[in-house]
Amino acid sequence: MSRHYTEGAPLLETRGLTRHFKVGGAIARKTLHAVDDVEFTIRDREIVALVGESGSGKSTVARLLARVYRPTSGEIYYRGRALSSFRTRRDLLGYRSDVPMVFQDPFASLNPAYRVSHGIMRGLALHRPDIPRHQRRAEAERILERLGLDPAGEALDRFPYELSGGQRQRIGFAQALAYRPRLIVADEPVSMLDVSVRIGLLNLMAGLRDEQGVSILYITHDIASARYIADRIMVMYAGHLVESGPVEQVLQDPRHPYTQLLVAAVPDPRAELTVDKVDHGEPPKVVDPTPGCRFRWRCPWVEDVCHRITPELVELSPGHSAACHVAAARAGYGDVAVAVADSGDRH
Amino acid sequence: MPDAPVLEVRGLTVEYLTDAGPVRAVERFDLDILPGEFVGVVGESGCGKSTMLFGIAQLLSPPARVSEGSVRFRGHDLVTMTDRQLATTRWRDLSVVMQSAMNALNPVAQLGDQFADAMRAHGERSRATIRQRAEEVLALVGIDLVHLKSYPHQLSGGMRQRAMIAMALLFNPDLVIMDEPTSALDVVAQRSLMLQVKQLQQQLGFAVLFVTHDMSLVSHFSDRLVVMYAAKAVEIGSTKEIFANPGHPYTEGLLDAFPSIRGPRLPLTGIPGSPPNLLHPPVGCRFAPRCPKRFEMCDVEPPFYDAGTSRAACHLHALADKKVVQ
Ligand SMILES: Nc1ncnc2c1ncn2[C@@H]1O[C@H](COP(=O)(O)OP(=O)(O)O)[C@@H](O)[C@H]1O
Ligand SMILES: Nc1ncnc2c1ncn2[C@@H]1O[C@H](COP(=O)(O)OP(=O)(O)O)[C@@H](O)[C@H]1O
Ligand SMILES: [Mg+2]
Ligand SMILES: [Mg+2]
Repeated sequence: MSRHYTEGAPLLETRGLTRHFKVGGAIARKTLHAVDDVEFTIRDREIVALVGESGSGKSTVARLLARVYRPTSGEIYYRGRALSSFRTRRDLLGYRSDVPMVFQDPFASLNPAYRVSHGIMRGLALHRPDIPRHQRRAEAERILERLGLDPAGEALDRFPYELSGGQRQRIGFAQALAYRPRLIVADEPVSMLDVSVRIGLLNLMAGLRDEQGVSILYITHDIASARYIADRIMVMYAGHLVESGPVEQVLQDPRHPYTQLLVAAVPDPRAELTVDKVDHGEPPKVVDPTPGCRFRWRCPWVEDVCHRITPELVELSPGHSAACHVAAARAGYGDVAVAVADSGDRH
Repeated sequence: MPDAPVLEVRGLTVEYLTDAGPVRAVERFDLDILPGEFVGVVGESGCGKSTMLFGIAQLLSPPARVSEGSVRFRGHDLVTMTDRQLATTRWRDLSVVMQSAMNALNPVAQLGDQFADAMRAHGERSRATIRQRAEEVLALVGIDLVHLKSYPHQLSGGMRQRAMIAMALLFNPDLVIMDEPTSALDVVAQRSLMLQVKQLQQQLGFAVLFVTHDMSLVSHFSDRLVVMYAAKAVEIGSTKEIFANPGHPYTEGLLDAFPSIRGPRLPLTGIPGSPPNLLHPPVGCRFAPRCPKRFEMCDVEPPFYDAGTSRAACHLHALADKKVVQ
């Protein structure tokens, strides 16, 4: 199968990735832009965090990667190969075992009627032909033990409802690991868990990267946790990527005003409360948008140009990009007027 | 002389009667709340926070029951009140905001109608008064009046929670009890809701009892903090002091488990193990099996010690010659 893939290509890459939904009745048909023109790369042995408010399009990106949705336009490349060119069952199974998903609510991915062993053994049967049938149970126990579910034999015989939230989330990861993945797409995997359990899972993800070279797209609204495990971070607002870069750089020196708002909203017991104004802003539902920055209604820096032209991601320092006319101008990339001339008509 | 507490909880114990035996989800819980005070209660899932709130508001239903203790609200014991007396007190003087607005709001009724129903249930007849009050409370929480005609699913998560708070404020209560009202929200919406609650509280003067599993959330908002572990309070004190100088190893563990977005990137330790099954809680200190500082005395249940800045149920303070308090 490897002959299909391009040598040296990044593990995963998206170009112009876009997903729209038709909304409204038959007469007032409208188009909701959940994800627009999103471009990013994930390399081997890398945790990339995708953060943003609810409704910003994070789960839609995850579902596009998991092929739950097809892109409206744009393309996803897995090891250099366009997903749209995957036709055979073998290709698709191969991709699904290389790139499994872990969901926020583990109940959604665990069949309540079956014992925990069922899903993991089924994954092994499908995706690990190298393991003979009589060794599957032992392999399943090995995986659970590695995730700290002890005694593993006992956990395998439980039903999902008999497990605590943290245990269920570990089972979600165990199912993904049974596939021997290259990239795990984890959509808010820890947001419902207690701090103490959450840390176990964060360390687990970091361990998968460090010890097995697995990459993870870590989707979350918990930016502080992203800081601890991610190498890079991407910020989404209203369907657009608005900032991306090395995690420390982005969090210590956020360039996009939205990223600044996000960072300021993170509760930090060790710091004084800085924000004292109630911000009732919400990410807009992007329906039939006209050009312009989607953050402009909430933006403290808004300029004329922001109402007319959608800002593109501009690399402001090595590897660190933001999509903001004013931030670009401040970083010396021309003034706002020049940014006008340079921008395309992306919307 | 300081004001009398608006709420005095003494020895509150709540049991779930299960086939395997009684599960004590709240055990001998004491708490005073002063008028206008903001009290936060934190602890891991399953430690009994919701059960405690429901026990205070008398909203428990079988198999749960208050087996011991009293809950005096403005001097009257809610535990021994008749359902009728409770019906007038609850909502009017003491209101509850649940974890999920989706469960608490009626999905098939417009907001305005839900407000009107609540007010009619409490004897308000004048349509003009009802309309005016509904508009007032919506304005208080910053929701546009057009949403009086909206259904819950038409609102964002943050707006639904604010609508719940508006409902809770309909009758100018003295105490608002909140059960993890922000847990379904993202950080920005969370922060804006917390600021909103704090602002309203200062403006209207009600007291707040706020429960959360996320300790960082209340750090800037609560005056006092109660840390709960396995059905019991283990530390009580001023929020600031507890964050600066935790008096119980469990509190310390919770604090160390927080990734911080500023400052150095320290490795996260967390708390090993998981909370006990409340059907068979450990004897002695319930946290001892997970505690890095346990020693011989921990086989005996610790009383509350005066830990200087807070009260903490940990024998370490005996070693430091601190006094037992009640
Ligand atoms: N199947 C769908 N049909 C219509 N709209 C959808 C669908 N899935 C998502 N959306 C809309 O797309 C936007 C992005 O949603 P989502 O990707 O779930 O955001 P996030 O995960 O960041 O909260 C939202 O406005 C949401 O309502
Ligand atoms: N319906 C029930 N039957 C038996 N035990 C229950 C029931 N609901 C809750 N419990 C017990 O009460 C404990 C506390 O639950 P809860 O008050 O919901 O905790 P929290 O709100 O802190 O997450 C649980 O750990 C469980 O042991
Ligand atoms: Mg989502
Ligand atoms: Mg609860």
